[in-house]
Amino acid sequence: MALLEVTNLGISFGGLQAVSGFELEIESGHLYGLIGPNGAGKTTAFNMLTGMYVPSQGNIVLDGVDITGKSPEFISKAGIARTFQNIRLFKGMSVLDNVKVGMHNRVTYSMWHGIFRDGVFRDRERQMDKKAMDLLDVFGIADKADYVASQLPYGEQRKLEICRALASDPKLLLLDEPAAGMNPNETLELRETVRKVRDDFNIAILLIEHDMKFVMGICEEITVLEYGKIIAHGDPESVSNDPRVIAAYLGGDDD
Amino acid sequence: MAKKGGNNRKKSTRTYIFSFALILVFWAVVEILGHMNMLSSKMLGLLIPICAYAIMAVSLNLVVGFLGELSLGHAAFMLAGATAGVVFYNSAGLNMPQVLRVIITLVIGAAAAGLFGVIVGVPVLRFSGDYLAIVTLAFCQILKNVLSTTYLGVDSAGIHLAFDQGSFRLEPGAKPLIKGAQPISGINKISPDMMVSFTVGIVLLILTVAFVLNLMNSRAGRAITAIRDDEIAAKSIGINLTRYKLMAFISSAVFAGLAGVIYVLNLSTLDFKKYDYNLSINVLVMVVLGGMGNVPGSIIAAALLTFLPELLRNFSQYRMFIYSIVLIVIMLFNQAPAFVQLRQRLTAKIRGKNAQEPEGGEKADTEFFEAKKQGKEDE
Repeated sequence: MALLEVTNLGISFGGLQAVSGFELEIESGHLYGLIGPNGAGKTTAFNMLTGMYVPSQGNIVLDGVDITGKSPEFISKAGIARTFQNIRLFKGMSVLDNVKVGMHNRVTYSMWHGIFRDGVFRDRERQMDKKAMDLLDVFGIADKADYVASQLPYGEQRKLEICRALASDPKLLLLDEPAAGMNPNETLELRETVRKVRDDFNIAILLIEHDMKFVMGICEEITVLEYGKIIAHGDPESVSNDPRVIAAYLGGDDD
Repeated sequence: MAKKGGNNRKKSTRTYIFSFALILVFWAVVEILGHMNMLSSKMLGLLIPICAYAIMAVSLNLVVGFLGELSLGHAAFMLAGATAGVVFYNSAGLNMPQVLRVIITLVIGAAAAGLFGVIVGVPVLRFSGDYLAIVTLAFCQILKNVLSTTYLGVDSAGIHLAFDQGSFRLEPGAKPLIKGAQPISGINKISPDMMVSFTVGIVLLILTVAFVLNLMNSRAGRAITAIRDDEIAAKSIGINLTRYKLMAFISSAVFAGLAGVIYVLNLSTLDFKKYDYNLSINVLVMVVLGGMGNVPGSIIAAALLTFLPELLRNFSQYRMFIYSIVLIVIMLFNQAPAFVQLRQRLTAKIRGKNAQEPEGGEKADTEFFEAKKQGKEDE
């Protein structure tokens, strides 16, 4: 059985059917792409997968657990983490704390342990510090652990956001336009990072991206959305030669 | 690597040391001056209010500074704590040893305020937005007005509660506890020795500061700060927004209740009318002046703004004028870019050259792409 199975997923806002008949099957340890012109419903699909939106139709099953319409808290615990198109870091917090807050439901202790600073508190905090520093080290930003998150350069903010998502030990990582706003060098570096994450953490990654070179170069399977419907699905080679995909891009909004 | 993690903690350690040193030095100076009889009765009268307002400001900072929600009714929780505390203090507490009586009064005051925190917080904090400001503002007025029409007393027949004077009758000789709009008077002080009462106030302030700092430097505190910085991201990493908003709000109410109890036990009268919008705003001003999320700042601002109006009493004509000028100057000092730079340069000098700055070139790059990305954000 696949790690994530999405069947006939759809959502409508008022009379507008934003996404319909969305299907997806994801296996552990692989890289998937979700592409489509602007407004195709890619981010909406992400929002349904992470519980931000409640789908109107369909089913989402993660590792045998039905997560359809569950709360973001439930889904995060079940094992889906995400990053955002417009980076959403906790800007006032340190880089280290950003990662530690990502472990919110993985390393836990009650409020009172924190108030009385007892052994449990110290033990769990040490555990979190270690795990967070190791994660930051993987992304090469461990030396900036004490920076306030907003002080990081753009590329490293992207990395930190991925770090924070990984801190929750996800089975599936959703990246929403990870290369947006990056220069070619940063994009190249990001490609290595994403591959490394997949291999080192052995998780599945699903990413939305407009940078076609990036998507084609890294993803093993690509799903193409247009007006909320899947118009193509397959390996990069077949998708990029699909006349419907080419029409969707050239006929629609260029990006 | 481990060393870097330690650095992070060093910063919070500095806040701890500074906060507690500040309180202890204040306490020691007052104790010394007090024993040398160098404090005027006016100054003595300000000691407990300073402690009470410092507790108010630090606890409100938990909601406004750390959680990022605006509360305009902090005085209501002070009033709830004070009233519940005094009702016990003047009835069942009368025959107890004073130490026990004060402790139970504090617990009851804190519990009552916490209960109202639950009543206000549970329905309101489930939503995101500015609802809390409106509801707390209204709640403050409602509580004050309801108490002003409440009549409460105990006699051999039991407890009597009424909301109009006509139907409120007690046996002759029984003393009413709440007499409508009339202030409750004749509340015994914690101790005839002002220095003892003051020490109680300082202990409560230390408890408040320890609670707030420990909370904010733990898992729960990180969740609270995360909610302030970005609710959507906080939700996506599995933080239960309502739970942590309530945690901050109710804790804040509990400490306001404690502040209410010591404030009113010191004043010996409880006048409901005083706990209104103005008091809430005063505390809010202390939080803003001291700095959002800055605990020692709240304490300093509370002490200063409690002390200042008294100091200016001799210039009563210009009092509000000078008060507002001081407010503006402090605000400028805290926020104006030129002053902020000056302060940063000073702290950098004091700390030596360890303070790292992000490289300028890279930052310009970032801004360029940030702008570019902003233009692209559309979906």
